[in-house]
Amino acid sequence: MKDEVTREERIDNLKGMGCSRKRVEDARFTQGKGNYVDDIKLDGMLFGDFVRSPYAHARIKSIDTAAALKVPGVLAVLTAADLEPLGLHWMPTLAGDKQMVLADGKVLFQGQEVAYVVAEDRYAAADGIEAVEVDYEELTVLVNPFESLQSDIILREDLVAEDGSIPAGAHGPRKHHNHIFTWDAGDKLPTEEVIANAEVVAEESMYYHRTHPCPLETCGCVASMDKVNGKLTLWGTFQAPHAIRTVVSLISGIEEHNIRVVSPDIGGGFGNKVGAYPGYVCSVVASIVTGKPVKWIEDRMDNLMTTAFARDYHMTGKISATKDGKITGLKCHVTADHGGFDACADPTKFPAGFMNICTGSYDIPTAYLEVDGVYTNKAPGGVSYRCSFRVTEAVYFIERMIEVLAIELNMDSAELRRINFIKKEQFPYTAALGWEYDSGDYHTAWDKALKTVDYDGLRAEQTKRVEDFKAGKTRTLMGIGLSFFTEIVGAGPVKNCDILGLGMFDSCEIRIHPTGSAIARLGTISQGQGHATTFAQILASEIGLPADSITVEEGDTDTAPYGLGTYGSRSTPVAGAATAMAGRKIRAKAQMIAAYLLEVHDNDVEFDVDRFIVKGAPEKFKTMKEIAFAAYNQAIPGIEPGLEAVSYYDPPNMTYPFGAYVCVMDIDVDTGVTEIRRFYALDDCGTRINPMIIEGQVHGGLTEALAVALGQEIAYDDMGNCKTGTLMDFFLPTAWEVPNYETDFTVTPSPHHPIGAKGVGESPHVGGVPCFSNAVQDAFRPFGNRHTNMPHDHWRIWKMANELGLHD
Amino acid sequence: MIPAAFEYYRPQDMAGVFAILQEHGDDARVMAGGHSLIPMMKLRMADVPHLIDLQDVGGMSDVTIVSHEVRIGAMVTQADIIDNTELTAVVPILREAALQIADPQVRYMGTVGGNIANGDPGNDMPGLMQCMDATFTLVGPNGERGVQARDFYEAAYITAREDDEILTAVTIPLHSGGYAYEKQKRKIGDYATAAAAVQITKDNGSCASAAIAMTNLSDTPVYSEAAGVALVGGTLDDTSLKASVAAMLNDIDPTEDNRGPIAFKKHVAGVILRRAIERAWSRT
Ligand SMILES: Cc1cc2nc3c(=O)[nH]c(=O)nc-3n(C[C@H](O)[C@H](O)[C@H](O)COP(=O)(O)OP(=O)(O)OC[C@H]3O[C@@H](n4cnc5c(N)ncnc54)[C@H](O)[C@@H]3O)c2cc1C
Repeated sequence: MKDEVTREERIDNLKGMGCSRKRVEDARFTQGKGNYVDDIKLDGMLFGDFVRSPYAHARIKSIDTAAALKVPGVLAVLTAADLEPLGLHWMPTLAGDKQMVLADGKVLFQGQEVAYVVAEDRYAAADGIEAVEVDYEELTVLVNPFESLQSDIILREDLVAEDGSIPAGAHGPRKHHNHIFTWDAGDKLPTEEVIANAEVVAEESMYYHRTHPCPLETCGCVASMDKVNGKLTLWGTFQAPHAIRTVVSLISGIEEHNIRVVSPDIGGGFGNKVGAYPGYVCSVVASIVTGKPVKWIEDRMDNLMTTAFARDYHMTGKISATKDGKITGLKCHVTADHGGFDACADPTKFPAGFMNICTGSYDIPTAYLEVDGVYTNKAPGGVSYRCSFRVTEAVYFIERMIEVLAIELNMDSAELRRINFIKKEQFPYTAALGWEYDSGDYHTAWDKALKTVDYDGLRAEQTKRVEDFKAGKTRTLMGIGLSFFTEIVGAGPVKNCDILGLGMFDSCEIRIHPTGSAIARLGTISQGQGHATTFAQILASEIGLPADSITVEEGDTDTAPYGLGTYGSRSTPVAGAATAMAGRKIRAKAQMIAAYLLEVHDNDVEFDVDRFIVKGAPEKFKTMKEIAFAAYNQAIPGIEPGLEAVSYYDPPNMTYPFGAYVCVMDIDVDTGVTEIRRFYALDDCGTRINPMIIEGQVHGGLTEALAVALGQEIAYDDMGNCKTGTLMDFFLPTAWEVPNYETDFTVTPSPHHPIGAKGVGESPHVGGVPCFSNAVQDAFRPFGNRHTNMPHDHWRIWKMANELGLHD
Repeated sequence: MIPAAFEYYRPQDMAGVFAILQEHGDDARVMAGGHSLIPMMKLRMADVPHLIDLQDVGGMSDVTIVSHEVRIGAMVTQADIIDNTELTAVVPILREAALQIADPQVRYMGTVGGNIANGDPGNDMPGLMQCMDATFTLVGPNGERGVQARDFYEAAYITAREDDEILTAVTIPLHSGGYAYEKQKRKIGDYATAAAAVQITKDNGSCASAAIAMTNLSDTPVYSEAAGVALVGGTLDDTSLKASVAAMLNDIDPTEDNRGPIAFKKHVAGVILRRAIERAWSRT
């Protein structure tokens, strides 16, 4: 048979790895044909919604539901008293704490769930909520974690023994009734010694403010208990559907095979949809009680004020160096404000996530990190907002400490970074705080970045600008923001990563159809990352069938293999690896079939793009399509019919993507208005599966970084009232506020990942926040700024200028 | 974010509006574009058991331009203002300001009348109307009257309009000279941190007249006569600009909120006014 297409064309036809294949999801999303939780409509479906506390700290003296039950359309009102007999008035959190499902005698944050009104529609539910009468006795509010640690006021009476002693928590001994845990890493005494004897030490305290992932689609679910077959179906905005199934089974007692959890299309997650929320539990209970499906959907204020926040880290650091800038030691202490319950979503052994990546991209011989978690009267959460567990905090910390050290040394911070980078030949590199970095080539990336932006030219321009400013010729300063980050993603090796005891492997199951198309099912769930596009590309390259002939399905626990879901940039490192490995199993079987069909020995055929060829005789081949057909329809001695494979992948290590970012900003000293003139982002995420999707992820992550650095926050007043509960005050940038981004890359594959890919969805956020912040701070460096906390919104920048005496 | 139950009316003429207003008194309210009122109802900060939609009441959507003034119907939307080239030719500041209100989606619905009648100090049209010395036409069951924009605002959400009166139109005298509407906001779609409306005329190289109004810096828009007077007769050198800013700062009374503390707002108000004056002057 004469082959008319060239090998190049055959490669192109697959649309495999490395090609900017258009997103297959977009046809439905751009035509309003997505299927989100709130699109689910079932016969007889009811709506549930919460009575929420107006107070941040109060005792509940009574709840009167009589008037609410009289509101037309209201069917039931659940309170903690109703859930208690089922043992469901409290639920376990992902961090080993427990959280009230409905207020059990008191409330600990504004917006806390107090009662759950079930009604025929959401309008009746809203009216029912108005009619529930709750008698509160206000208590003293603690919004500051440092005050909380000193206060006599006990926030969590449930965590204090009757004799007044304080039992240990999930992460060891607690120092005070409002203290949650102390967690540390590294060597304390040696680090202190190095710092005490150092030639130069820079010290700084910084507050990484509380913010929120704010996905466009809020959290919600539909619970449907079929009383005839005893099966519970739960549709929801879950970033980890299998984990939710297991948790629901554990707390409800319903056997796991009788629970089906489905994550339909999800409109963004960014960490907000990892945890378990009272809305899920109440909806399940309401469905069991009423025998009807029950829907719960947050509105924007519910989402911003009550479901998982991010950050809220008070960090103090010391960094030491030699006179010529070689870093010798790093010490970091964090006071972590976790709100009323510890509901952080972190692997069990890491109550502060991977904050111990805070030595960053630098060869720092000695380091010590200590984190204290504290209860306050704020909403619970502490999730990884577009980052791997607490990595944004870690990278912000080190990238600010580098700048502060550069000031102390009177040195250029680009150069300070360069002389301290871990060198290419040092990989795999074991950092002082324990992690083993898989691969990197930081110097090449840094040099490329600085050269592309003409760093020296920018500095010269900035010097000129400062002169002009001092001469009264301009009121605009120029800031050059630098950041170099190393992420730690792909949680993770089961030996050190689990959530609630569930190992953090992931999975892929592939079924090849007789005509040569396929379906792949994974344990992850896309929330906009484009898995249906990229995972098909991995498979196309591995098994030689066109990506367009491969369906990728996720999110239904009845059909998908068990996996831990999508967050922390783990999908490509873990499920992507499982996909490649499952593909290789398919290929191994295909090789035997091909050899049989070609009448040669197994070892005499080799894989070539979309076929197996006889070694040395490429005109003799069987395409994967032909092989698939034969697998089902031809009796092959010694080989089972069918062509399927499943792989559960437990990664040997994390992956460590990195990048070099530069931001050039102009700042109006009088109004605090910033203008981003240029943003350059070089990302190294290892092997690149789909450059277009990478670019999209980088744009999205940078935009969320801009938001956090320049204004996005969850702020409270002294009474614990949330001041930023709507999108008027919570900054969500639009196309208008976003600059043009220049993207670039280097490729340093991960040595342990089957295809060398590292994950990219979160890198731009992790690297972006310090870059934007450093640009602001750099503009004021010539006038004496050392460190100023984010967010850098107009008035805070104005304040910075004002305090530096730049207004007359 | 679900409003309390309400009755919805869509009368076809003014008589129908008055009949409902009379029957339900305080419990009834008119709605124009709904982009201030509906959010308040959803937050349950406004309770409107009887909601009267003005969309089908005719006669309030015209823009009439005559030699010395323009008359803009209350139901003309902010988007209409932006698109109306004839209007822009004679009152360019209207378009400059409308483009800085909210975002395109809101501007397609939000009306000039609603923006003016609302009484929210954050609205941009009131200060603009004060700067241009507009007159508001109010029609009630007992007839029609005109109120000067500069006399209309009493406190936040409290205006000279009686509950049973409808704002039907605004009349704006035509100005010669330069103009500017300068606004600082945190992001697209945001209300002003500070905004300034300036109309200015020049005669023989010096300032002949100046009208200045400020937005979102008090519980009402602030027409600062003194700030305008400070410019008249001068050539807008640094001294007169400073005097004008100082006079304006005397008239405003900002409060602290998420946009920033009082000292910041005052500082920005001064910067914004200065820029507005300079831009207006450059256009004379
Ligand atoms: C996201 C967002 C951002 C916004 N940003 C800005 C901004 O930057 N600047 C700004 O100025 N505005 C802003 N607005 C408000 C917007 O411009 C509103 O549309 C406007 O304030 C009100 O116009 P409306 O036609 O929607 O009035 P409605 O909401 O219908 O009514 C407002 C009030 O006026 C009364 N009313 C309306 N018409 C009449 C009438 N003819 N006679 C008597 N009473 C009447 C109503 O009873 C009600 O009390 C924003 C709104 C949103 C939702």
